[in-house]
Amino acid sequence: MVTIPRLSALLVLAAIVLGLALTPLFGETYAIKVATRMIVFAIFAMSLDLLLGYTGLVSFGHAAFFGLAAYSLQIYSPEYEAANLLFALPVVLGVTALVGGLIGALVVRTSGIYFIMVTLAFAQMLFYFFHDSQIAGGSDGAYIWVKPVLAIGEVQLFSFGSREALLWFAVGAMLTVYGLLLMLLRSPFGQVIQGIKVNEHRMRALGYDTYRYKLVSFIISATVAGLAGFIYACIDGYVSPELLGWHESGIGLVMVILGGMGTLIGPIVGAVAFLGVEELAKERELVGFMADHFQIIIGAFVIAVVLGLKNGLVGTLAGAGRAEPDPLETEEGEKP
Amino acid sequence: MDLTLLLIQTLNGVQYGLLLFLIASGLTIVFGIMGVINLAHGSFYMIGAYLAWSLTSWTGSIFWAVLLGAPLAALLGLLVERLFIVHLYHRDHLQQVLLTFGLILIFNEMQSIIWGDDPHSIPKPEFLQGSIPLTEVQAYPAYNLFLALVCLALAGVMYWVVQKTRLGMRIRAGSSNPEMIQALGINTKVLFATVFSIGVTMAALAGLLAAPERSIYPGIGEQVLIISFVVVVIGGIGSIKGAFVGALLIGLMDSLGATILRSFDDVELMSGLSVDNLTSVTVYALMAAILLWRPAGLYGRAH
Repeated sequence: MVTIPRLSALLVLAAIVLGLALTPLFGETYAIKVATRMIVFAIFAMSLDLLLGYTGLVSFGHAAFFGLAAYSLQIYSPEYEAANLLFALPVVLGVTALVGGLIGALVVRTSGIYFIMVTLAFAQMLFYFFHDSQIAGGSDGAYIWVKPVLAIGEVQLFSFGSREALLWFAVGAMLTVYGLLLMLLRSPFGQVIQGIKVNEHRMRALGYDTYRYKLVSFIISATVAGLAGFIYACIDGYVSPELLGWHESGIGLVMVILGGMGTLIGPIVGAVAFLGVEELAKERELVGFMADHFQIIIGAFVIAVVLGLKNGLVGTLAGAGRAEPDPLETEEGEKP
Repeated sequence: MDLTLLLIQTLNGVQYGLLLFLIASGLTIVFGIMGVINLAHGSFYMIGAYLAWSLTSWTGSIFWAVLLGAPLAALLGLLVERLFIVHLYHRDHLQQVLLTFGLILIFNEMQSIIWGDDPHSIPKPEFLQGSIPLTEVQAYPAYNLFLALVCLALAGVMYWVVQKTRLGMRIRAGSSNPEMIQALGINTKVLFATVFSIGVTMAALAGLLAAPERSIYPGIGEQVLIISFVVVVIGGIGSIKGAFVGALLIGLMDSLGATILRSFDDVELMSGLSVDNLTSVTVYALMAAILLWRPAGLYGRAH
């Protein structure tokens, strides 16, 4: 069960937020881009953790919503002028929530391994939709030529053309998502979905319409993933079908597991750590010719995480201080 | 649309379906008996296809390539089972997905290191290069027919093994109750390794046999994997019969659906989206429809 986060979790969060938000002080453009990507994927991983770690649904097609939002922004943006965040963000999130609701209504009927495969298949369906049609550049992808701005009336407050503005917006978005998910999970709704994860039959016997709870959880999760996709599209102003691909979905799962699922801080730590490892694996001075084949390093890393870090970084580090890990606690991530 | 074209497309669909069955059967058995969801299954198809390319250029014939490639694949299957898959029994699906996802990344890069990133094609054997005339203008390539027959024969062998032999009996018993066969004193360690290796060999055989007909390029593994998942989900996870029916359905849907949609290629639904863009989407739509009707697939047991 989620309680008020421990001091250690808050300290980790503060360190990550400060470290990433201050990159413009010491880093160049590339560093700012990496920091923004870390935050985007932290939001994406948190959205996935709502399904994975709290509702007990293993989605292998979550990138569909990430990519769908990125494409929605590209399609919504006028070609030669900036889209206004005030309208673009609600439209994009609305589209993602709507599609999330349609797909969710079908996939939530299934469970276990069927859920994994069906979410994968729907993600592929959306992937091919953008890949084969010419709606937004087909397999070549498409550009957002002018990045969105936030303007009220005629006054422009900030533009995502500035990398710092985008980074700080992303940090703000991540903190907002963290806070909202914490509130959601502590609410009666949150208690019910966590109950579903532990024992769905019992929740149904208690009179809860578990289908509706799971569907709402799926839609919220899709929408938050959409927020991540929205920001991602603003980093390079480029969208491609790969954003919806199963590779991205798999990476999302790895981040959640790496950090520790069922802990909101875990996905954030996992996303930062995973992208950190990826940057290191691409570093020629560090890994030599393997830099051209860094996916092997990532693959081996993923396997090592699965076999060696059952509770994720957060669970393992938190568990190191205590004697015997309580089996209930490893199930739930945090102390009841 | 005339009848001959329809016939050709139906043949194509059946042939593609039979090929899919070879791949999907391994996936579904491994899940049914060992409870393992193996994402790396497509990689074995990819390895089969690349082996076909290497071995054909070495021995000069696709037949030798198949004869040499199949045992190699069986060995690889044993190796992967002993090194990695063995850790996945009794683990939850999420960990299985992730570990085999890691394997895909490794296999893909190995392919890029060993065989490079260029697409390849290999020649069909000489006596199968021709076509069988159907009408004055249309003909059906002989190799495709050969491929369909070989796949059908392999499916027949598999039916025989599963239904009539002791191994098959264990496989069937294992997929209906894995704990029970262990209690009856069957060495599940050996059974699991055998089954996994057979699954890998079937996928690699599909890759080897299809190589002369389809080109070989990075990423074929994934393409085949996802469509095999659709087949397995439609048929019901763990059911071999389901995989057969699902594979044929998908094969026919793919080729006939594409033909029908392509005849509407001038119809634009909206700017940039014409009807024939939707061909890849149709198989997933079929899957969604079947799952709405039967959430555990056609022949699956509800979990």
